[in-house]
Amino acid sequence: MLDATAGDDLRVVLEVEGVTLSFGGVNALLNVSLQVENGSIYSIIGPNGAGKSSLFNVISGLYRPQRGSVLFKGQDLTLLPAHKIAPLGLARSFQQVELFKGMTVIENLLLGRHIHMRAGLFSGGLFWGKAREEELRHRQVVEKIIDFLEIEHIREKTVATLPYGLRKRLELGRALALEPELLLLDEPMAGLNQEETEDMARFILDINQERRTTLLLIEHDMGVVMDISDRVAVLNFGELLAAGTPHAIQEHPAVIEAYLGAEDSVFPEGRSGSRNIL
Amino acid sequence: MDFFLQLLVSGVVVGSIYALVALGFVLIYKVTRVINFAQGEFLMVGAYVCLALVAQLQLPFWIAFLMTMAVSVGLGLLIERLALRPMLGQPIIAIIMLTIGLSSVLKCAVLVIWGPNNRAYPQIFSQVPIHLGSVVISQVYLWSVGFAVLFLGLFTLFFRYSNAGMAMRAVADDQQAALSMGISLKKVFAMAWCIAFLVASVGGVFLGNINVVNVSLGFFGMKVFPAAVLGGLDSIPGAIVGGLSIGLIEALSGGYLDPLVGGGSKEVIPFIVLVIILMVKPYGLFGRAASAKV
Repeated sequence: MLDATAGDDLRVVLEVEGVTLSFGGVNALLNVSLQVENGSIYSIIGPNGAGKSSLFNVISGLYRPQRGSVLFKGQDLTLLPAHKIAPLGLARSFQQVELFKGMTVIENLLLGRHIHMRAGLFSGGLFWGKAREEELRHRQVVEKIIDFLEIEHIREKTVATLPYGLRKRLELGRALALEPELLLLDEPMAGLNQEETEDMARFILDINQERRTTLLLIEHDMGVVMDISDRVAVLNFGELLAAGTPHAIQEHPAVIEAYLGAEDSVFPEGRSGSRNIL
Repeated sequence: MDFFLQLLVSGVVVGSIYALVALGFVLIYKVTRVINFAQGEFLMVGAYVCLALVAQLQLPFWIAFLMTMAVSVGLGLLIERLALRPMLGQPIIAIIMLTIGLSSVLKCAVLVIWGPNNRAYPQIFSQVPIHLGSVVISQVYLWSVGFAVLFLGLFTLFFRYSNAGMAMRAVADDQQAALSMGISLKKVFAMAWCIAFLVASVGGVFLGNINVVNVSLGFFGMKVFPAAVLGGLDSIPGAIVGGLSIGLIEALSGGYLDPLVGGGSKEVIPFIVLVIILMVKPYGLFGRAASAKV
């Protein structure tokens, strides 16, 4: 699993290197490089259409870049089919919530356990010996997630009947069920009200601290981003504008200029500040 | 009244086979969005394979039946691998055309191997009918309905509780999300074709035992289509209800209308009912309305 490039620096769990992605001549991503440290919370910000979601799709194998590589624990993800990436320890959520709508909350969470289930065609469902033990273990993991996200009351509900805020939460839960080392969240706060946003921020911090999971976020809520991130990267028109600590990013002249074309700070002082500036 | 009950019984028997074959049809549609025009030919191939094992190789029926199931799964895999997988990513309409071609190929293969003449299974089920009150049922009918219900039940459990079945439903629901869960689309697609072939073959074996075996068994697919559309193309419970309904409608119209109109209503009435139901419920009885997805 390890190779020379990763051996250099085990603190880096994800290394995006010179990724260029174009659709019919238009560059969605141009020579983007970034490094995510193990155990950190790393946020990507940038205006709509900056290529943030495209980058996520490259990392999770849904898009194949024309150039560059994505090393996860030293393994190049761009060479793998999309379904081979989750078993390496990488899970994600989607900007437009992509749950299995016709299925129940529990079933969605159990599908998050798919990579941990033995390959046997009929195992799991049939309660025989080992399969039964395995089934119980998966149930335990799922129950813990239900407790953690406080969704006990909707466990048997079909996703299609759930309000938006709970769907967002469930999608996070399903990704957690994979027990990933790296979790990619595409706008986890988008469309949430103040209270839901605070809950989500709390969940993210808990996941990072209690599970030691590395998180890579795309988020527009600057208050939250600056509050919880260890590192922030700014994408603009497919190019990496800057990367650094939240403080450095807020002071970065190129970032300020890109957003406002002026020197006024666009970043609020804390969590309570204005939202969705970008 | 006895006549009515008798019609009900034969309607349920044929309907349960429709339901079983429609399940395969619906499964392929759910998982891959392909309308499989070769579903009837899958059934025909199954009937011929089992017949060959029983009549030509002289194997006991139940062994031949199990072997037919194995062969069907193998053929399903083969067809998926050779014909459908290379078409991944192509427009759905192209793949649907391919299934029409596939149905011709299978028909020709059967003609080449077994010829055009009617063939019949040796007598496998006792011909002594069973009396349930005033209703008389032949044993082959009971076995057919029993096996159809058994397989429908097994697959319902399979989709509901097994890993593989859940993965299939997940792929049917959202392919991107399924990929991000580590589910292999290719494996799920292959499984759908295997199951579709398997259930069609089981239907074919029993239908072959009820009637004669010839190439026109493939036209059975024409009846499975309305059954699936009636229930809702993407609904497995819909396939079951749709199959039973078409079977019953067919039997009742055959029994009561044929004497009045001089025959043939059996073939027409199910489609008339289908059209009426679709006017009221365009996605079938249990189908989910299509939603635009960006």
